This record gives sequence, C-alpha cells and structure tokens, in this order.
Amino acid sequence: MTDMPVGERQPIAPPSDDTGILGWARKNLFSSWGNGLTTIVLIVAMVWILSGFLEWALFTANFTASTGSECRGGGACWALIREKFRYIFFGSFPYEQHWRPLFAVIAMLAMLVLSADRRMWNWRLLVIWGVGSFITFLLMFGQLHIPLSLMLFVALAGGTIGLMMRSAVADPTERSAYYALIVIGLVGLVLRIFGVLPSWSLAIAPLSYVETSLWGGLPVTLILATYGLLFAFPYGILLALGRRSNLPLVKGLCVGFIELIRGVPLISLLIMASVMLPLFLPSGTTIDKFLRAQVAVILFAGAYIAEVIRGGLQSLPKGQFEAADAMGLNYPQKTLLIILPQALRVVIPPLINTFIGFFKDTSLVLIIGIFDFLNTANQALVDPNWAGFPGEVYLFAAFVYFIFCYSMSRYSKYLEVELNKGTRR
Amino acid sequence: MQARLIVAAAGLAAFVLGASGPAQAGKDLDAVKARGMVNCGVGTGTAGYMIADSQGKWRGLSVDVCRAVAAAIFGDSEKVRYIPLTSQQRFTALQSGEVDMTMGNATYTLTRDTALGFDFTGVYYYDGQGFLVPKKLGVKSAKELNGATICVAPGTTTELNLADYFRTNKMTFKPVVIEKVDEIRAAFFSGRCDVYTTDASSLAATRAANVPPPQTIDDYMILPEIISKEPLGPVVRHGDNQFADIVRWALYAMIEAEEYGITSKNVDEMLKSENPSIKRILGVTPGMGKALGVDEKWVYNIVKQVGNYGESFDRNVGMGSPLKIARGQNALWTQGGLQYAPPIR
Repeated sequence: MTDMPVGERQPIAPPSDDTGILGWARKNLFSSWGNGLTTIVLIVAMVWILSGFLEWALFTANFTASTGSECRGGGACWALIREKFRYIFFGSFPYEQHWRPLFAVIAMLAMLVLSADRRMWNWRLLVIWGVGSFITFLLMFGQLHIPLSLMLFVALAGGTIGLMMRSAVADPTERSAYYALIVIGLVGLVLRIFGVLPSWSLAIAPLSYVETSLWGGLPVTLILATYGLLFAFPYGILLALGRRSNLPLVKGLCVGFIELIRGVPLISLLIMASVMLPLFLPSGTTIDKFLRAQVAVILFAGAYIAEVIRGGLQSLPKGQFEAADAMGLNYPQKTLLIILPQALRVVIPPLINTFIGFFKDTSLVLIIGIFDFLNTANQALVDPNWAGFPGEVYLFAAFVYFIFCYSMSRYSKYLEVELNKGTRR
Repeated sequence: MQARLIVAAAGLAAFVLGASGPAQAGKDLDAVKARGMVNCGVGTGTAGYMIADSQGKWRGLSVDVCRAVAAAIFGDSEKVRYIPLTSQQRFTALQSGEVDMTMGNATYTLTRDTALGFDFTGVYYYDGQGFLVPKKLGVKSAKELNGATICVAPGTTTELNLADYFRTNKMTFKPVVIEKVDEIRAAFFSGRCDVYTTDASSLAATRAANVPPPQTIDDYMILPEIISKEPLGPVVRHGDNQFADIVRWALYAMIEAEEYGITSKNVDEMLKSENPSIKRILGVTPGMGKALGVDEKWVYNIVKQVGNYGESFDRNVGMGSPLKIARGQNALWTQGGLQYAPPIR
C-alpha cells in the first residue's frame, strides 16, 4: 500500500443509498423488516384516511349553496361557513359596523405581536398596551367615558410604582416627577371623595355606543383571554410572592385564596359571578355581565399563574436572595431586579402552557350566556335553515383556535431559546 | 358620589329588610322608559323561538313578544336589548333586575308564578311532550307504541310523564336514557330507538334540522298525542303591575289582531274600518292606550312592526319556516285551538 501525499487525500462520498431522500428513508423508515412493514401499513392508512377526508372536505364539498337543504347529501357544506362566518367572528355586533370588531381584533393582535419582541420589553411595552387597549375598547364600545377619579387613581398608581421600581436609578428630575404624580393623584382623590371636585369625565365619542351584551365572537374570546391573563399575571406574581412571605397574615391570605380558587372549577366561579353575585347586590344595581366574567377569569387564572411562578421562585438557589441582600437592595429592588427575571425565565414553558389552557378555557363563558367564538359557532348550528352540519362548523372553530394556540406554543419555544442564551455553553 | 352611596345604602337596607311592602307601581316601567330600551332575557339559541340570524339579529316567536312590548311602550319594536341567558340564569337575572322580562321558554307553573316572585303574563306557545317516529314504523298514534324502544333524557319531567303515560295506557316500553341532546338525536336517527320523546317544539326542530341525508324531513312524523302541558309564557317580576299589564296586553293584542284579521299588511286599511272593536283596538276610538298607560296607537305599532300572532307563528315556527310546526293547540279558539285573548275593551 503506497502512502498518498497528505494534500491529495480525497474524502470519498458516502454510498449513494446512504444520502439524500433514499438514504434518509432507509435509515429512518426501513431500518429493519419490522419498521418497514409498520411504515407501509401506516402510509396506506394515512392515504386512506386523507383521501376520504379530502373527498369530503374538498372534492365533493359545496361552497356556494344558498340554503342548507341544497347542501345536503354531498360532501362538506362550506357554504354554511360562508353564510355564517361574519356571525361566528363578530356575533351580534351591529352588522353594518363589523369593521369595528375587525379592527379591534387587528389592534389586539398587533399589540400581542409587538410585545412578543424582546426589544420592546421596556417603557415601549406600556405605550404599546396603552395605545392598543385604547384603540381596542374605543372601537368595541364606540364611546369611552373616562372618569376623573380613574385618571387620578392612575396618576397615583403610576407615581407609586415608578418610585418603587426606579428609586435607585432615577435622577432627581425623574424622581420629582413621580412625587408630583403621587401628590396630584392623592390630593385629587381626597378632594373627589369629599365632593370638592365634580364628577367629571372625559368623553371620547366618535362612534355609536355598542354595549357588551352585543359583543360576540373572536373579539370576546381575545379580550377575555388577553386581558384576563394581562391582569392575572402581575396579580399571580403578587400571590406567589405573598405565599413565600414571612408575614403570617399575608402568607395565610395568599395560601387561602390560591387554594380556594384552585379547589373549585372555573364553571362554578363563573356561575357564582353570574347567578349568585347579582342577588347580593342591592336591587337595581347590576354589574355588566361581561365584566363579571372577566373578573372571574382573572381571579382563576391568577391563582394558577401564582403556583407556576412559585415553582420558579423555589428553583432559585438561596444564594441569589442572600447576594441581593448583601448588596443592600431593598425588597422591591431585590424582587424585580434579581429574583423575578430568573424565576420567570425558568417557568416559561409551564406559563405558556397555562396561557394556552386559559385561552381555550374562556369558551366556558358560554354557560353564562356570553357569546364567545365557540358559542357563536354553536349558534350557527341552531339556525334551522342551516342546521345539521356540526362537523364543518366545529372544524372551522378548531382551525381558528389551533392557529392561536400553535403560535403561542411556537413563541414559547423561541422565548426559551432567547432567554436561555446566557446559560447555554 | 355621596348621593350615589346613600342611594346604594338605602337600596341595600331595603334589600336586607326584605323589600316586601306594597308594590311600587311603575318602578320597572319608569326604569324602562328612562333607559329607552326593554331589557329582554332570551335563551341562548332555540331554533324558531330565539336565535341570532346570520347578521346577528335576534329572531323568533319569543323574540317577537319582546319586540311587541317595545312597540307598545316606545312605538319602536327595535328598542329591545336582548340579553342571552342560560336556563340556570334566567330567573336570577330577572330577580336581580338585570332584565325586565324573560322569554326563555319557561313553563308556566304554580311555584314559578308564586314562590319565585314572578308573574307569568300569558301563554305565547302551548307546548307539550310528544313523540317523534320514523314513518316507516307505520304508527299513527301513540296508543300503538306498546313495546317500543324510546329515547329520553334522564332525570327530567319528560321521563316521568313518559312512564306515567305508558302505565295509564297499560303499555310497556324500553327506555334508552341518554343525557346529551346531540347524542339522543344521533341514537334516534341511527335507529337505536323507535321513538324520541321530548317537548313537541323541540321535536319539530330536530325533525327540521337534524335528519341525516339521504332521509328527509318527510320520513319522520310527530304523533298527534301530546301527553303533558308545557305552556310557555313571558315572565316579569312582582312589583310593577303596570309593566306586567303592558307585557300581558302586548301579547293579547297580537292574538286579538289575528282574531279580527288585522295583519301587518292591511293594518293601514283597517284604520278606516267601521267595526267598533277594530276601531277600539287600533286606537281610532281612543281610551285603550290611556288605560294601559301607553300611546293610543300601541296595537297599530305592534301589528305594523311585528305582525299579529298568526303571522309571527307562521314566520318563525309554522309552515313558513323550516320547522313546519302545525298550529294545533296554538290555533285561535275560533279554530279549535287554545289561543284566546280577553277582549280589548
């Protein structure tokens, strides 16, 4: 055997049946007799099922019928979806104004997509959600009346939170701005309570008013899920921190609350909110049904999120807490700068899991007569002119739900990779 | 704010002390008028009775009664806010004042009329338990159902009525008890049972909408026997007799209009009628509206905008609709039915 000079050694290409599609198939699908047989059987089964499905869903389907009876006998009746999709998406919202919920949905989606980007995770997030929510609710309600007391409360809350979070890093101008906000809010609220300030509200009314009982379809599902989780998240964090608190009263309250909420099904909370609560209120006073459902969802989601986050808190080594203490950070600083960023990163997968669960759980509001996306789809089935095609309607609803849930799950994957860059070797 | 707090506290106190006392006349009606809308509780979708159509507008026989009330009070049948309620919610929503009236296809019974603090103001549909059979079974009457297999929902009065009926007629049956409506229907149409029994209106909806192809609606029939009484009526709460009167007479006006042959098409010509009853009904001879506390043209508005009872029935559940329910007990008393309105006089 003669030695070849080093520079002339040529790697020989692997045998042709080890590469390409053929090679891949041989390695993964036909590596043994048993595997080969399984592959063939499964392929045949898949083709059989798929051809049946396509035959029904595509080749013999009816896309153009004008009544349900024309549709009968053939394949899928997609004409039903064509007839009903506006109702399924927007419910009883006035028909000629459907552009409003449409743009509200777009605004909400834009808001969600924008805040998915990590570069936005700073003051921009507040702006995005502020503007996005304003647009969404302005479009849905048509008119917003912002009472003075709410504005004062927001000023007070904004000042307090800003001062707490940024007291260490803020320059004197910023700090005095926070103090000014707190003073304005506090003084204004006190004056308002004693009746010195009138009950004035800022009216923004470019469109006709549409009340929540007319809302339906996708906007309802999105609002219930988005705002349910938006409010449940900070509140869940507070519960989780409270549960680990050293103060027995705070700890007891948080534990009691979490266990109480987690111990009952969401349905029972919703029924409580819709059936029991009105009986406890003075007669004549009613709280909007939609708001009641929203609050029930927030309470419920908060308890679950709290437990997920507690898992993250417990996974942190004790050294992190001690190191933060050693640096002289106070409790808010320690929590916000050291503990939560690490704890939340750990719990992203279970957190998104909870989010996806709640997005779908919002459909339970149908038992209290709120017409979310699934319920409007159900309503489309009741119409005697079009009844008898549950498969088509539910497939359509499932498809829309899948789009949302699958994008959330992909996002969680991306976020895990993004946030764990620092810990990967 | 203070004033509102005081009102709220007073309301709470009244509530706690049990707001019994004499009924405040006009309380609910005033609220309705101030709001400019009738808050009408409806069920969450029953074909023919209350259902949102493709454009999201509520339609149906029950919905038409709400519209008639709005037409009587405001002269505009569109001034209704429909509040969808499930059957668990419908009575508490009425008790708490969330709605002014409910049209949730509730059966008029003594306990509901009294103990719950409600008033049923009439009957807009006489429902009752019936039997749906395939025509190929060759049965013409429920009396021939001896030994039949019957699909029925568990734990309802339906099940009890069924057992009672067969016992009374000395017949036997094999029950197939299934909880979910969809599953009952599937079981019935797949032939697991010979007969499906529930309220006749629901049977009609099932027959209209759920018959699987290639069979058609004509392969099934509802047997003529109705074995229970399920009168469905509008419900208002105790406390405002005037509002209850308006709801009561709005429905009666629809029935009365049918009896006198006043329809949405000919109502304008009927204004010129010489018949003193019609003149009174349509407010040509004033007095009726004043007595009820509404506009003199109240019946005119109802009939013009909503139609008379027969028109509404036909459009929503009768032969002009996919449900194709025969008038039966819901025909006028003059035609052998039970729909009978006291005179508007």
